[in-house]
Amino acid sequence: MSLLRDALESGKFGVTAEMAPPKGYDFAEQMEAAALLQGKVHGVNVTDMQSASLKATGLGLCIKLKQAGVEPILQMTGRDRNRMALMGDALAAASFGIDTMLALTGDHPVVGDCRNAKPVYDLDSVGILKMLSMMEESGCDCGGNELSGGAPKFYKGACVTPVYEPVFLQLNKLRQKVEAGAMYIQTQGIFDLDVFKRFMEQVDSMGIKTHIMAGIIPLKSAGMAKYMNENVPGIAVPQAMIERLEAAAAEGKEKGVKGLPMQLGMEMAAEMIAKIKDEKLCDGVHIMAIGAEKNVPVILDKAGVAI
Amino acid sequence: MIITQKKPIEEVMAMVADAKTVAIVGCGSCATACQTGGEAQVAELTAVLEQAGKKVVATTIADYCCMNLGVKAKMKAVNATDPDCVICMSCGDGVQCVAKNAGDKPVYPSNNTMYLGEAVRFGVWEEACRFCGECVLGQTGAVCPITQCAKSLVNGPCGGAKNGKCEVNPENDCAWIKIYERLKATGQLEKLAQRREDKGYGDFAYPRTISLRGKK
Repeated sequence: MSLLRDALESGKFGVTAEMAPPKGYDFAEQMEAAALLQGKVHGVNVTDMQSASLKATGLGLCIKLKQAGVEPILQMTGRDRNRMALMGDALAAASFGIDTMLALTGDHPVVGDCRNAKPVYDLDSVGILKMLSMMEESGCDCGGNELSGGAPKFYKGACVTPVYEPVFLQLNKLRQKVEAGAMYIQTQGIFDLDVFKRFMEQVDSMGIKTHIMAGIIPLKSAGMAKYMNENVPGIAVPQAMIERLEAAAAEGKEKGVKGLPMQLGMEMAAEMIAKIKDEKLCDGVHIMAIGAEKNVPVILDKAGVAI
Repeated sequence: MIITQKKPIEEVMAMVADAKTVAIVGCGSCATACQTGGEAQVAELTAVLEQAGKKVVATTIADYCCMNLGVKAKMKAVNATDPDCVICMSCGDGVQCVAKNAGDKPVYPSNNTMYLGEAVRFGVWEEACRFCGECVLGQTGAVCPITQCAKSLVNGPCGGAKNGKCEVNPENDCAWIKIYERLKATGQLEKLAQRREDKGYGDFAYPRTISLRGKK
């Protein structure tokens, strides 16, 4: 049974992290980070060629994580695989005991690093969820043919972008994802808890019942924050945070100490996590450290969050 | 209409490299509107071919290169000139229809066939329909998500819009924001809540034939 399901469905504060497979076939760095994450999180999302940047397939890293005793969350996008390939991967994943997944539409190949790849999009996030729900209910594959030995069951998730105009479109799609079988939702990285609170109120007012995990991106520098504000849809780092990071950089320069902005970023992430948990703003957090997964246990310690 | 674009002339000349005599078939409908196969373009290509030392033995403009019976009639005169090859200045459909009526002569395209689009103003054509075969415009405020969304998403937007623009091409508006605005303006926002049944692609194995005369 999915560790994340156990946590969220029993009312515990859910904690997940995120990791990308390597652009290559040496998984050593990922496995080092995994060893540090063991026992600290309820699951580790393994991204499916995020930003349409070619990596080893997520299923491979999921299997390695599972074998290392870390619960993987298989991210599945519709960009590269049609319904047959997605369902085939789901069955293969289940055979390794992988029982938690997250459906995404997927970034378009032209924004990535293999732009001549043909985009598939046979199914979007809602379609992937519906297909897996149908498989679980019927015991049949996507063509209606019986699966031998019955269908595996997944704890299914999806994502949402709270900073979006008009937000009604995101809420409407969120509702569809939940109706299609999503039992938990991870959000795009949030930085302004007041904005997030308003979003949660809107989710409530639409009567959407699910477990929402706030996306947390530990900032590494003011430059990173500015870059994301400019280029990453759904990201809005408040000016005050950017100024704190700039001040930390200036202080570091003056004292000749490296890494102060990174440390501050971790502290700000920890503060947000602690506040989200203490004020019960939502059901958990999903930490996207973007290559700095080793910092996740430190951030959780600072936030006073243990699973 | 079917939007076409001229191939680079070098590509066309390479196709007809071995021919001494050439016939040209233009198209009086879409390709004329797109300035890729009307009278002016036929004359232009004729001049280029003759400058390259080839003899243009026939030129004609079919009303519609995609209508077999009309093309058949036009091609009688073209075939009578016994050209080494035929260049068809229409869409891909027209080229195939002309080829069916060209006997043993090779037929070459001078255009690339781009999409079904709308002439938004003189000289500007926007893609409008991707022939998905199950029109959803009635649910989407007459804005096509299959065409206008880079991912052809049918259940709402991805998270990739920035300031209302598509992440794939920031010059394009997000289709789903356009759909939202149109449904809002027409008082039909409740249509966004309607579920859409996924019909899959099983009925869309090509090539397809539609016949009003019963089964083929």
